[in-house]
Amino acid sequence: MPPIRGAKDSPVTLAPNATSPIGHIVTTSAEKGQSGRSVLKVIATPFRAVPRPLAIALSILVWVAVIGGWFALTYSGAVKEMFLPRPESVLATTINMALDGSLWEHVFASVQVVLIGFVLSSVVAVPLGLTMGTYRIVQAALDPLVNFIRYLPVTSFVPLFILWIGIGIEQRVAVIIFGIFFQQMVMIADSARGVQRDLVNAAYTLGTKRSHTVFHIVFPATLPNVLDVLRVTMGWAWTYLVVAELVAARSGLGYISLKAMRGFQVDVIFMAIAMIGILGLCTDQLFRGIRRLVAPWAN
Amino acid sequence: MDALTLATKPKSSDIGIDNVVLRYGNGDNAVLALDGISFHVTPNEFCVIVGPSGCGKSSLLYLVAGLEERTGGMIAVGGKPVTEPGPDRGMVFQAYTLFPWLTVAQNVEYGPKRKGMPAAERKAIVEHFLHEIGLAKFANHYPSQLSGGMKQRVAIARALANDPEVLLMDEPFGALDSQTRHSMQRLLLRVWDHSKKTVLFVTHDIDEAILLADRVLVMSGRPGQIKKEIRVGFSRPRSMDLVMEPSFIAMKREILELLKNDEDDDH
Repeated sequence: MPPIRGAKDSPVTLAPNATSPIGHIVTTSAEKGQSGRSVLKVIATPFRAVPRPLAIALSILVWVAVIGGWFALTYSGAVKEMFLPRPESVLATTINMALDGSLWEHVFASVQVVLIGFVLSSVVAVPLGLTMGTYRIVQAALDPLVNFIRYLPVTSFVPLFILWIGIGIEQRVAVIIFGIFFQQMVMIADSARGVQRDLVNAAYTLGTKRSHTVFHIVFPATLPNVLDVLRVTMGWAWTYLVVAELVAARSGLGYISLKAMRGFQVDVIFMAIAMIGILGLCTDQLFRGIRRLVAPWAN
Repeated sequence: MDALTLATKPKSSDIGIDNVVLRYGNGDNAVLALDGISFHVTPNEFCVIVGPSGCGKSSLLYLVAGLEERTGGMIAVGGKPVTEPGPDRGMVFQAYTLFPWLTVAQNVEYGPKRKGMPAAERKAIVEHFLHEIGLAKFANHYPSQLSGGMKQRVAIARALANDPEVLLMDEPFGALDSQTRHSMQRLLLRVWDHSKKTVLFVTHDIDEAILLADRVLVMSGRPGQIKKEIRVGFSRPRSMDLVMEPSFIAMKREILELLKNDEDDDH
Protein backbone atom coordinates (compact mmCIF):
# COMPACT_ATOMS: atom_id res chain seq x y z
CA MET A 1 0.00 0.00 0.00
CA PRO A 2 1.58 3.31 -1.09
CA PRO A 3 0.22 5.41 1.84
CA ILE A 4 2.21 3.38 4.34
CA ARG A 5 5.42 3.52 2.39
CA GLY A 6 4.94 7.28 1.99
CA ALA A 7 4.62 7.72 5.71
CA LYS A 8 7.95 6.06 6.41
CA ASP A 9 9.67 8.82 4.44
CA SER A 10 7.67 11.58 6.10
CA PRO A 11 8.86 13.24 9.29
CA VAL A 12 5.71 12.19 11.12
CA THR A 13 6.57 8.67 12.11
CA LEU A 14 8.85 9.37 15.00
CA ALA A 15 8.66 5.94 16.55
CA PRO A 16 11.52 4.25 14.61
CA ASN A 17 13.81 7.24 15.21
CA ALA A 18 12.90 7.31 18.87
CA THR A 19 15.01 4.23 19.49
CA SER A 20 17.95 5.50 17.47
CA PRO A 21 19.91 7.07 20.36
CA ILE A 22 20.32 3.62 21.92
CA GLY A 23 21.03 2.13 18.51
CA HIS A 24 23.84 4.62 17.91
CA ILE A 25 25.52 3.87 21.20
CA VAL A 26 25.47 0.15 20.57
CA THR A 27 26.71 0.29 16.97
CA THR A 28 29.50 2.75 17.68
CA SER A 29 30.84 0.70 20.55
CA ALA A 30 30.68 -2.39 18.35
CA GLU A 31 32.59 -0.62 15.56
CA LYS A 32 35.18 0.79 17.92
CA GLY A 33 36.31 -2.32 19.67
CA GLN A 34 35.00 -5.18 17.48
CA SER A 35 35.23 -6.92 20.81
CA GLY A 36 33.06 -9.90 21.73
CA ARG A 37 31.55 -7.95 24.55
CA SER A 38 29.86 -5.30 22.40
CA VAL A 39 28.41 -7.90 20.01
CA LEU A 40 27.18 -9.77 23.04
CA LYS A 41 25.65 -6.56 24.30
CA VAL A 42 23.73 -6.14 21.04
CA ILE A 43 22.29 -9.63 20.97
CA ALA A 44 21.62 -9.71 24.72
CA THR A 45 19.57 -6.50 24.69
CA PRO A 46 15.89 -7.37 25.11
CA PHE A 47 13.65 -6.57 22.12
CA ARG A 48 16.57 -5.21 20.11
CA ALA A 49 16.42 -6.08 16.41
CA VAL A 50 19.23 -8.19 14.99
CA PRO A 51 20.52 -7.70 11.41
CA ARG A 52 18.41 -9.56 8.88
CA PRO A 53 21.27 -11.67 7.46
CA LEU A 54 22.06 -12.84 11.00
CA ALA A 55 18.42 -13.70 11.63
CA ILE A 56 18.22 -15.73 8.39
CA ALA A 57 21.56 -17.43 9.04
CA LEU A 58 20.44 -18.42 12.54
CA SER A 59 17.12 -19.86 11.35
CA ILE A 60 18.95 -21.93 8.71
CA LEU A 61 21.54 -23.02 11.26
CA VAL A 62 18.85 -24.42 13.58
CA TRP A 63 17.34 -26.41 10.71
CA VAL A 64 20.78 -27.71 9.72
CA ALA A 65 21.42 -28.69 13.35
CA VAL A 66 18.10 -30.55 13.64
CA ILE A 67 18.57 -32.44 10.36
CA GLY A 68 22.25 -32.98 11.14
CA GLY A 69 21.27 -34.47 14.49
CA TRP A 70 18.86 -36.72 12.63
CA PHE A 71 21.66 -37.92 10.33
CA ALA A 72 23.96 -38.45 13.31
CA LEU A 73 21.40 -40.49 15.22
CA THR A 74 20.59 -42.77 12.27
CA TYR A 75 24.07 -43.19 10.75
CA SER A 76 25.80 -43.80 14.07
CA GLY A 77 23.39 -46.64 14.72
CA ALA A 78 22.33 -45.11 18.01
CA VAL A 79 18.70 -45.54 16.98
CA LYS A 80 17.48 -48.43 14.88
CA GLU A 81 16.02 -47.56 11.51
CA MET A 82 12.81 -49.28 12.53
CA PHE A 83 12.20 -46.46 15.00
CA LEU A 84 13.84 -43.56 13.20
CA PRO A 85 14.27 -43.74 9.41
CA ARG A 86 17.21 -42.16 7.65
CA PRO A 87 16.51 -38.71 6.19
CA GLU A 88 17.19 -39.82 2.64
CA SER A 89 14.72 -42.72 2.87
CA VAL A 90 11.99 -40.29 3.99
CA LEU A 91 12.91 -38.07 1.04
CA ALA A 92 12.86 -41.07 -1.33
CA THR A 93 9.45 -42.15 -0.03
CA THR A 94 8.13 -38.63 -0.52
CA ILE A 95 9.40 -38.50 -4.10
CA ASN A 96 8.03 -41.95 -4.91
CA MET A 97 4.58 -41.16 -3.51
CA ALA A 98 4.59 -37.78 -5.22
CA LEU A 99 5.43 -39.40 -8.56
CA ASP A 100 2.83 -42.16 -8.35
CA GLY A 101 0.23 -39.54 -7.33
CA SER A 102 -0.81 -41.17 -4.05
CA LEU A 103 0.73 -38.34 -2.02
CA TRP A 104 -1.42 -35.71 -3.73
CA GLU A 105 -4.53 -37.81 -3.29
CA HIS A 106 -4.02 -37.93 0.48
CA VAL A 107 -2.92 -34.30 0.74
CA PHE A 108 -6.00 -33.24 -1.19
CA ALA A 109 -8.25 -35.38 1.04
CA SER A 110 -6.82 -33.80 4.19
CA VAL A 111 -6.82 -30.22 2.89
CA GLN A 112 -10.41 -30.65 1.79
CA VAL A 113 -11.57 -31.77 5.25
CA VAL A 114 -9.59 -29.06 7.04
CA LEU A 115 -10.88 -26.32 4.75
CA ILE A 116 -14.53 -27.38 4.92
CA GLY A 117 -14.43 -27.71 8.70
CA PHE A 118 -12.49 -24.49 9.18
CA VAL A 119 -14.68 -22.40 6.86
CA LEU A 120 -17.97 -23.76 8.24
CA SER A 121 -16.80 -23.08 11.78
CA SER A 122 -15.42 -19.61 11.03
CA VAL A 123 -18.39 -18.21 9.10
CA VAL A 124 -20.58 -18.84 12.13
CA ALA A 125 -18.05 -18.21 14.92
CA VAL A 126 -16.92 -14.78 13.69
CA PRO A 127 -20.32 -13.01 13.57
CA LEU A 128 -21.60 -14.89 16.61
CA GLY A 129 -18.44 -14.17 18.61
CA LEU A 130 -18.56 -10.47 17.70
CA THR A 131 -22.22 -10.30 18.70
CA MET A 132 -21.51 -12.14 21.93
CA GLY A 133 -18.69 -9.72 22.80
CA THR A 134 -20.78 -6.67 21.93
CA TYR A 135 -24.16 -7.49 23.45
CA ARG A 136 -24.17 -8.41 27.14
CA ILE A 137 -27.51 -10.17 26.72
CA VAL A 138 -26.04 -12.59 24.15
CA GLN A 139 -23.03 -13.09 26.38
CA ALA A 140 -25.26 -13.83 29.37
CA ALA A 141 -27.14 -16.43 27.33
CA LEU A 142 -24.21 -18.19 25.65
CA ASP A 143 -21.17 -17.70 27.86
CA PRO A 144 -21.80 -20.48 30.42
CA LEU A 145 -22.68 -23.05 27.76
CA VAL A 146 -19.81 -22.16 25.44
CA ASN A 147 -17.29 -22.24 28.26
CA PHE A 148 -18.59 -25.62 29.39
CA ILE A 149 -18.34 -27.18 25.94
CA ARG A 150 -14.95 -25.54 25.36
CA TYR A 151 -13.41 -27.70 28.07
CA LEU A 152 -14.82 -30.99 26.82
CA PRO A 153 -12.07 -33.05 25.14
CA VAL A 154 -12.85 -33.38 21.46
CA THR A 155 -11.36 -36.86 21.33
CA SER A 156 -14.02 -38.18 23.71
CA PHE A 157 -16.67 -37.21 21.17
CA VAL A 158 -15.13 -39.09 18.28
CA PRO A 159 -16.95 -42.39 19.08
CA LEU A 160 -20.22 -40.47 19.43
CA PHE A 161 -19.72 -38.74 16.09
CA ILE A 162 -19.05 -42.10 14.46
CA LEU A 163 -22.26 -43.40 16.01
CA TRP A 164 -24.28 -40.38 14.90
CA ILE A 165 -22.71 -39.40 11.59
CA GLY A 166 -20.86 -42.52 10.45
CA ILE A 167 -17.33 -42.64 9.12
CA GLY A 168 -17.66 -40.42 6.07
CA ILE A 169 -16.10 -37.02 5.50
CA GLU A 170 -18.92 -35.44 7.55
CA GLN A 171 -17.59 -37.11 10.67
CA ARG A 172 -14.07 -35.70 10.19
CA VAL A 173 -15.49 -32.25 9.43
CA ALA A 174 -17.60 -32.49 12.58
CA VAL A 175 -14.55 -33.29 14.72
CA ILE A 176 -12.75 -30.22 13.37
CA ILE A 177 -15.76 -27.94 13.87
CA PHE A 178 -16.27 -29.22 17.40
CA GLY A 179 -12.59 -28.72 18.11
CA ILE A 180 -12.28 -25.11 16.98
CA PHE A 181 -15.73 -23.47 16.90
CA PHE A 182 -16.12 -22.78 20.62
CA GLN A 183 -12.51 -21.66 20.99
CA GLN A 184 -12.93 -19.26 18.07
CA MET A 185 -16.11 -17.84 19.58
CA VAL A 186 -14.57 -17.19 22.99
CA MET A 187 -11.46 -15.53 21.59
CA ILE A 188 -13.39 -13.39 19.08
CA ALA A 189 -15.88 -12.34 21.77
CA ASP A 190 -12.93 -11.32 23.94
CA SER A 191 -11.48 -9.07 21.28
CA ALA A 192 -14.91 -7.52 20.62
CA ARG A 193 -15.23 -6.80 24.33
CA GLY A 194 -11.87 -5.03 24.23
CA VAL A 195 -12.98 -2.40 21.69
CA GLN A 196 -12.33 1.06 23.11
CA ARG A 197 -15.63 2.50 24.41
CA ASP A 198 -14.92 6.03 23.19
CA LEU A 199 -14.45 4.66 19.68
CA VAL A 200 -18.06 3.47 19.81
CA ASN A 201 -19.12 6.74 21.48
CA ALA A 202 -17.44 8.75 18.73
CA ALA A 203 -19.27 6.65 16.14
CA TYR A 204 -22.60 7.43 17.85
CA THR A 205 -21.92 11.18 17.80
CA LEU A 206 -21.20 10.86 14.07
CA GLY A 207 -24.57 9.29 13.39
CA THR A 208 -23.90 5.55 13.62
CA LYS A 209 -27.05 3.67 14.56
CA ARG A 210 -26.83 1.34 17.55
CA SER A 211 -27.89 -1.61 15.40
CA HIS A 212 -25.02 -0.89 12.97
CA THR A 213 -22.30 -0.77 15.64
CA VAL A 214 -21.13 -4.37 15.18
CA PHE A 215 -20.79 -3.97 11.43
CA HIS A 216 -19.38 -0.42 11.24
CA ILE A 217 -17.19 -0.33 14.36
CA VAL A 218 -16.68 -3.63 16.21
CA PHE A 219 -15.92 -5.69 13.11
CA PRO A 220 -13.29 -3.39 11.55
CA ALA A 221 -11.80 -2.56 14.96
CA THR A 222 -11.27 -6.25 15.75
CA LEU A 223 -10.41 -7.42 12.22
CA PRO A 224 -6.64 -7.80 12.87
CA ASN A 225 -7.41 -9.80 16.03
CA VAL A 226 -10.03 -11.90 14.28
CA LEU A 227 -7.53 -12.82 11.56
CA ASP A 228 -5.00 -13.79 14.22
CA VAL A 229 -7.61 -16.00 15.91
CA LEU A 230 -8.37 -17.64 12.55
CA ARG A 231 -4.66 -18.20 11.90
CA VAL A 232 -4.12 -19.85 15.28
CA THR A 233 -7.25 -22.02 15.10
CA MET A 234 -6.26 -23.16 11.60
CA GLY A 235 -3.30 -24.86 13.26
CA TRP A 236 -5.65 -26.57 15.71
CA ALA A 237 -7.83 -27.71 12.82
CA TRP A 238 -4.88 -29.72 11.47
CA THR A 239 -4.43 -31.39 14.85
CA TYR A 240 -8.08 -32.44 15.01
CA LEU A 241 -7.94 -33.59 11.40
CA VAL A 242 -5.28 -36.15 12.28
CA VAL A 243 -7.29 -37.24 15.32
CA ALA A 244 -10.31 -37.81 13.08
CA GLU A 245 -8.35 -39.53 10.32
CA LEU A 246 -6.57 -41.87 12.74
CA VAL A 247 -9.92 -43.25 13.85
CA ALA A 248 -12.01 -43.45 10.74
CA ALA A 249 -10.89 -42.56 7.25
CA ARG A 250 -9.98 -44.13 3.91
CA SER A 251 -7.66 -41.36 2.80
CA GLY A 252 -5.71 -38.43 4.19
CA LEU A 253 -2.37 -37.89 5.83
CA GLY A 254 -3.55 -39.17 9.22
CA TYR A 255 -4.92 -42.29 7.57
CA ILE A 256 -1.67 -43.15 5.76
CA SER A 257 0.23 -42.67 9.01
CA LEU A 258 -1.97 -45.25 10.72
CA LYS A 259 -1.72 -47.63 7.77
CA ALA A 260 2.06 -47.20 7.65
CA MET A 261 2.29 -47.98 11.36
CA ARG A 262 0.74 -51.39 10.75
CA GLY A 263 3.48 -52.14 8.21
CA PHE A 264 6.25 -50.49 10.25
CA GLN A 265 6.82 -48.02 7.41
CA VAL A 266 8.18 -45.34 9.70
CA ASP A 267 9.44 -43.30 6.75
CA VAL A 268 5.84 -42.86 5.54
CA ILE A 269 4.78 -41.61 8.97
CA PHE A 270 7.62 -39.12 8.91
CA MET A 271 6.63 -38.02 5.44
CA ALA A 272 3.03 -37.47 6.54
CA ILE A 273 4.10 -35.45 9.56
CA ALA A 274 6.43 -33.34 7.45
CA MET A 275 3.66 -32.72 4.89
CA ILE A 276 1.30 -31.49 7.64
CA GLY A 277 4.05 -29.21 8.91
CA ILE A 278 4.66 -27.77 5.44
CA LEU A 279 0.93 -27.32 4.77
CA GLY A 280 0.55 -25.63 8.16
CA LEU A 281 3.43 -23.29 7.37
CA CYS A 282 1.82 -22.42 4.03
CA THR A 283 -1.59 -21.63 5.52
CA ASP A 284 0.11 -19.60 8.24
CA GLN A 285 1.91 -17.49 5.65
CA LEU A 286 -1.31 -17.21 3.67
CA PHE A 287 -3.10 -15.77 6.71
CA ARG A 288 -0.28 -13.33 7.37
CA GLY A 289 -0.54 -12.22 3.76
CA ILE A 290 -4.30 -11.78 4.01
CA ARG A 291 -3.86 -9.74 7.19
CA ARG A 292 -1.36 -7.44 5.50
CA LEU A 293 -3.75 -7.06 2.59
CA VAL A 294 -7.08 -6.44 4.38
CA ALA A 295 -5.76 -4.74 7.55
CA PRO A 296 -2.85 -2.64 6.29
CA TRP A 297 -3.30 -0.12 9.14
CA ALA A 298 -2.43 -2.75 11.75
CA ASN A 299 1.09 -3.56 10.56
CA MET B 1 -20.72 22.66 -4.06
CA ASP B 2 -23.98 22.87 -2.10
CA ALA B 3 -22.49 20.83 0.74
CA LEU B 4 -19.50 23.09 0.98
CA THR B 5 -21.67 26.18 1.23
CA LEU B 6 -23.56 24.39 3.96
CA ALA B 7 -20.34 23.55 5.74
CA THR B 8 -19.12 27.11 5.63
CA LYS B 9 -22.53 28.37 6.74
CA PRO B 10 -23.00 25.84 9.47
CA LYS B 11 -25.87 25.04 11.75
CA SER B 12 -25.75 26.28 15.30
CA SER B 13 -28.16 25.65 18.17
CA ASP B 14 -28.51 26.52 21.82
CA ILE B 15 -27.98 24.14 24.73
CA GLY B 16 -30.36 24.28 27.67
CA ILE B 17 -29.32 22.54 30.89
CA ASP B 18 -31.89 22.68 33.66
CA ASN B 19 -31.43 21.30 37.17
CA VAL B 20 -29.45 18.28 35.95
CA VAL B 21 -28.65 15.62 38.53
CA LEU B 22 -26.33 12.66 38.00
CA ARG B 23 -26.05 9.95 40.61
CA TYR B 24 -23.98 6.78 40.30
CA GLY B 25 -25.06 3.63 42.13
CA ASN B 26 -27.78 3.55 44.76
CA GLY B 27 -28.31 3.15 48.48
CA ASP B 28 -25.31 3.75 50.72
CA ASN B 29 -22.88 3.46 47.80
CA ALA B 30 -24.56 6.21 45.80
CA VAL B 31 -22.26 8.99 44.60
CA LEU B 32 -23.76 12.35 43.68
CA ALA B 33 -21.65 13.45 40.70
CA LEU B 34 -23.74 16.44 39.57
CA ASP B 35 -26.14 18.26 41.86
CA GLY B 36 -28.67 20.51 40.15
CA ILE B 37 -26.66 22.04 37.31
CA SER B 38 -28.41 24.76 35.32
CA PHE B 39 -27.09 27.00 32.55
CA HIS B 40 -27.84 28.00 29.00
CA VAL B 41 -25.47 28.21 26.05
CA THR B 42 -26.69 30.54 23.29
CA PRO B 43 -26.23 29.75 19.58
CA ASN B 44 -22.72 30.56 18.28
CA GLU B 45 -21.38 30.87 21.82
CA PHE B 46 -18.05 29.38 22.91
CA CYS B 47 -18.68 28.24 26.46
CA VAL B 48 -15.91 26.65 28.54
CA ILE B 49 -16.37 24.69 31.75
CA VAL B 50 -13.31 24.71 33.96
CA GLY B 51 -13.01 22.69 37.15
CA PRO B 52 -10.83 20.36 39.17
CA SER B 53 -10.45 16.77 38.02
CA GLY B 54 -13.30 14.59 39.17
CA CYS B 55 -15.78 17.48 39.48
CA GLY B 56 -18.09 15.87 36.94
CA LYS B 57 -17.41 18.27 34.07
CA SER B 58 -16.71 15.47 31.60
CA SER B 59 -19.78 13.57 32.80
CA LEU B 60 -21.85 16.67 32.07
CA LEU B 61 -20.52 16.68 28.50
CA TYR B 62 -21.34 12.97 28.09
CA LEU B 63 -24.88 13.74 29.32
CA VAL B 64 -25.31 16.47 26.68
CA ALA B 65 -23.96 14.05 24.05
CA GLY B 66 -26.49 11.47 25.23
CA LEU B 67 -23.72 8.95 25.92
CA GLU B 68 -24.72 8.77 29.59
CA GLU B 69 -28.15 8.91 31.20
CA ARG B 70 -28.97 11.67 33.66
CA THR B 71 -30.67 10.87 36.96
CA GLY B 72 -32.80 13.99 36.87
CA GLY B 73 -33.37 17.35 35.21
CA MET B 74 -33.59 18.36 31.58
CA ILE B 75 -31.13 18.81 28.73
CA ALA B 76 -32.25 20.19 25.38
CA VAL B 77 -30.24 21.01 22.26
CA GLY B 78 -31.98 23.29 19.77
CA GLY B 79 -35.14 22.85 21.85
CA LYS B 80 -35.11 19.05 21.45
CA PRO B 81 -34.74 17.05 24.67
CA VAL B 82 -31.63 14.84 24.69
CA THR B 83 -32.55 11.15 24.97
CA GLU B 84 -29.76 9.39 23.07
CA PRO B 85 -26.58 10.23 21.15
CA GLY B 86 -27.02 11.72 17.69
CA PRO B 87 -25.16 13.46 14.89
CA ASP B 88 -26.60 16.87 15.91
CA ARG B 89 -24.10 16.86 18.81
CA GLY B 90 -20.56 16.36 17.54
CA MET B 91 -17.91 15.48 20.07
CA VAL B 92 -14.13 15.55 20.32
CA PHE B 93 -12.81 13.23 23.03
CA GLN B 94 -9.75 13.42 25.24
CA ALA B 95 -8.70 9.92 24.15
CA TYR B 96 -7.73 9.44 20.52
CA THR B 97 -10.87 8.15 18.84
CA LEU B 98 -10.02 8.24 15.16
CA PHE B 99 -11.03 4.98 13.50
CA PRO B 100 -7.68 3.24 13.02
CA TRP B 101 -8.90 1.25 10.01
CA LEU B 102 -9.81 4.38 8.05
CA THR B 103 -7.44 6.89 6.47
CA VAL B 104 -7.50 10.53 7.54
CA ALA B 105 -9.81 11.42 4.63
CA GLN B 106 -12.10 8.45 5.32
CA ASN B 107 -12.31 9.42 8.99
CA VAL B 108 -13.43 12.94 8.09
CA GLU B 109 -15.84 11.48 5.54
CA TYR B 110 -17.39 9.06 8.04
CA GLY B 111 -20.27 11.23 9.31
CA PRO B 112 -21.41 12.56 5.91
CA LYS B 113 -21.24 9.00 4.57
CA ARG B 114 -23.55 7.75 7.34
CA LYS B 115 -25.99 10.48 6.35
CA GLY B 116 -25.99 9.11 2.82
CA MET B 117 -24.41 12.19 1.24
CA PRO B 118 -23.27 11.67 -2.39
CA ALA B 119 -19.56 10.98 -2.91
CA ALA B 120 -18.82 14.20 -4.81
CA GLU B 121 -20.19 16.37 -2.01
CA ARG B 122 -18.33 14.32 0.60
CA LYS B 123 -15.11 14.82 -1.30
CA ALA B 124 -15.58 18.60 -1.33
CA ILE B 125 -16.23 18.63 2.41
CA VAL B 126 -13.21 16.44 3.18
CA GLU B 127 -10.96 18.66 1.06
CA HIS B 128 -12.29 21.79 2.73
CA PHE B 129 -11.74 20.56 6.27
CA LEU B 130 -8.37 18.89 5.65
CA HIS B 131 -7.22 22.19 4.20
CA GLU B 132 -8.68 24.01 7.20
CA ILE B 133 -6.64 21.92 9.66
CA GLY B 134 -3.55 21.97 7.43
CA LEU B 135 -3.40 18.22 6.85
CA ALA B 136 -4.36 18.00 3.18
CA LYS B 137 -1.09 16.16 2.48
CA PHE B 138 -1.99 13.48 5.00
CA ALA B 139 -5.36 12.55 3.49
CA ASN B 140 -4.25 8.97 2.76
CA HIS B 141 -2.35 8.34 5.98
CA TYR B 142 -3.67 6.06 8.70
CA PRO B 143 -4.14 7.50 12.21
CA SER B 144 -1.30 5.32 13.55
CA GLN B 145 1.06 7.32 11.34
CA LEU B 146 0.06 10.67 12.90
CA SER B 147 1.30 12.49 15.98
CA GLY B 148 -1.08 13.14 18.89
CA GLY B 149 -1.70 16.75 17.85
CA MET B 150 -2.45 15.73 14.26
CA LYS B 151 -4.88 13.07 15.46
CA GLN B 152 -6.84 15.64 17.45
CA ARG B 153 -6.85 18.03 14.49
CA VAL B 154 -8.40 15.29 12.37
CA ALA B 155 -10.87 14.54 15.19
CA ILE B 156 -11.97 18.20 15.12
CA ALA B 157 -12.28 18.12 11.33
CA ARG B 158 -14.26 14.87 11.53
CA ALA B 159 -16.71 16.38 14.02
CA LEU B 160 -17.13 19.61 12.02
CA ALA B 161 -17.45 17.83 8.66
CA ASN B 162 -20.63 16.24 9.97
CA ASP B 163 -22.05 19.75 10.51
CA PRO B 164 -23.42 19.20 14.01
CA GLU B 165 -25.59 21.83 15.69
CA VAL B 166 -23.28 21.97 18.69
CA LEU B 167 -19.70 20.85 19.22
CA LEU B 168 -18.78 19.19 22.53
CA MET B 169 -15.09 19.07 23.41
CA ASP B 170 -13.87 17.00 26.34
CA GLU B 171 -10.33 18.15 27.22
CA PRO B 172 -9.31 17.52 23.61
CA PHE B 173 -5.78 18.85 24.15
CA GLY B 174 -5.27 17.32 27.60
CA ALA B 175 -2.89 14.61 26.42
CA LEU B 176 -0.70 16.93 24.32
CA ASP B 177 2.55 18.65 25.26
CA SER B 178 2.26 22.38 25.99
CA GLN B 179 3.72 23.58 22.70
CA THR B 180 1.40 21.41 20.63
CA ARG B 181 -1.45 22.49 22.89
CA HIS B 182 -0.81 26.14 22.10
CA SER B 183 -0.76 25.58 18.37
CA MET B 184 -3.97 23.52 18.70
CA GLN B 185 -5.64 26.37 20.56
CA ARG B 186 -4.65 28.79 17.79
CA LEU B 187 -5.99 26.39 15.20
CA LEU B 188 -9.25 25.88 17.07
CA LEU B 189 -9.73 29.66 17.41
CA ARG B 190 -9.22 30.08 13.67
CA VAL B 191 -11.47 27.18 12.69
CA TRP B 192 -14.15 28.31 15.12
CA ASP B 193 -14.06 31.86 13.71
CA HIS B 194 -15.00 30.33 10.36
CA SER B 195 -17.72 28.01 11.61
CA LYS B 196 -19.13 29.81 14.68
CA LYS B 197 -20.56 26.59 16.02
CA THR B 198 -21.99 26.53 19.51
CA VAL B 199 -19.17 25.00 21.53
CA LEU B 200 -19.24 23.49 24.99
CA PHE B 201 -15.61 22.90 25.93
CA VAL B 202 -14.34 21.21 29.09
CA THR B 203 -10.83 21.73 30.45
CA HIS B 204 -8.82 22.02 33.65
CA ASP B 205 -6.39 24.46 32.02
CA ILE B 206 -7.40 28.00 33.07
CA ASP B 207 -5.32 29.77 30.37
CA GLU B 208 -6.97 27.62 27.75
CA ALA B 209 -10.42 28.38 29.17
CA ILE B 210 -10.03 32.18 29.10
CA LEU B 211 -8.24 32.21 25.76
CA LEU B 212 -10.99 30.32 23.97
CA ALA B 213 -14.20 31.27 25.76
CA ASP B 214 -16.93 33.84 25.42
CA ARG B 215 -17.94 32.66 28.86
CA VAL B 216 -16.23 30.51 31.49
CA LEU B 217 -18.24 28.42 33.93
CA VAL B 218 -16.22 27.55 37.02
CA MET B 219 -17.26 24.23 38.51
CA SER B 220 -16.71 22.87 41.98
CA GLY B 221 -16.40 19.20 42.73
CA ARG B 222 -18.19 16.51 44.75
CA PRO B 223 -20.99 17.08 44.04
CA GLY B 224 -20.41 19.08 40.87
CA GLN B 225 -22.01 22.49 40.86
CA ILE B 226 -21.54 25.68 38.85
CA LYS B 227 -19.71 28.01 41.21
CA LYS B 228 -19.42 31.09 39.07
CA GLU B 229 -19.97 32.37 35.58
CA ILE B 230 -17.39 34.75 34.08
CA ARG B 231 -17.90 36.66 30.82
CA VAL B 232 -14.74 36.93 28.75
CA GLY B 233 -14.98 40.12 26.74
CA PHE B 234 -11.70 40.05 24.79
CA SER B 235 -12.23 40.89 21.14
CA ARG B 236 -11.76 38.28 18.43
CA PRO B 237 -9.70 37.12 16.66
CA ARG B 238 -7.56 36.63 19.75
CA SER B 239 -3.82 36.16 19.82
CA MET B 240 -1.82 34.00 22.20
CA ASP B 241 -0.20 37.19 23.57
CA LEU B 242 -3.43 37.76 25.46
CA VAL B 243 -2.09 35.64 28.31
CA MET B 244 0.28 38.50 29.22
CA GLU B 245 -2.47 41.16 29.47
CA PRO B 246 -3.18 42.40 33.03
CA SER B 247 -6.93 41.89 32.57
CA PHE B 248 -6.28 38.30 31.46
CA ILE B 249 -4.09 37.70 34.50
CA ALA B 250 -6.71 39.24 36.80
CA MET B 251 -9.33 36.89 35.40
CA LYS B 252 -6.99 33.93 35.77
CA ARG B 253 -6.33 34.90 39.40
CA GLU B 254 -10.06 35.07 40.09
CA ILE B 255 -10.63 31.57 38.69
CA LEU B 256 -7.60 30.21 40.55
CA GLU B 257 -9.00 31.60 43.80
CA LEU B 258 -12.38 30.01 43.13
CA LEU B 259 -10.77 26.62 42.48
CA LYS B 260 -8.47 27.01 45.47
CA ASN B 261 -11.38 27.72 47.81
CA ASP B 262 -12.95 24.57 46.51
CA GLU B 263 -9.84 22.62 47.41
CA ASP B 264 -9.84 24.16 50.91
CA ASP B 265 -13.48 23.13 51.37
CA ASP B 266 -12.36 19.56 50.85
CA HIS B 267 -10.09 19.53 53.90
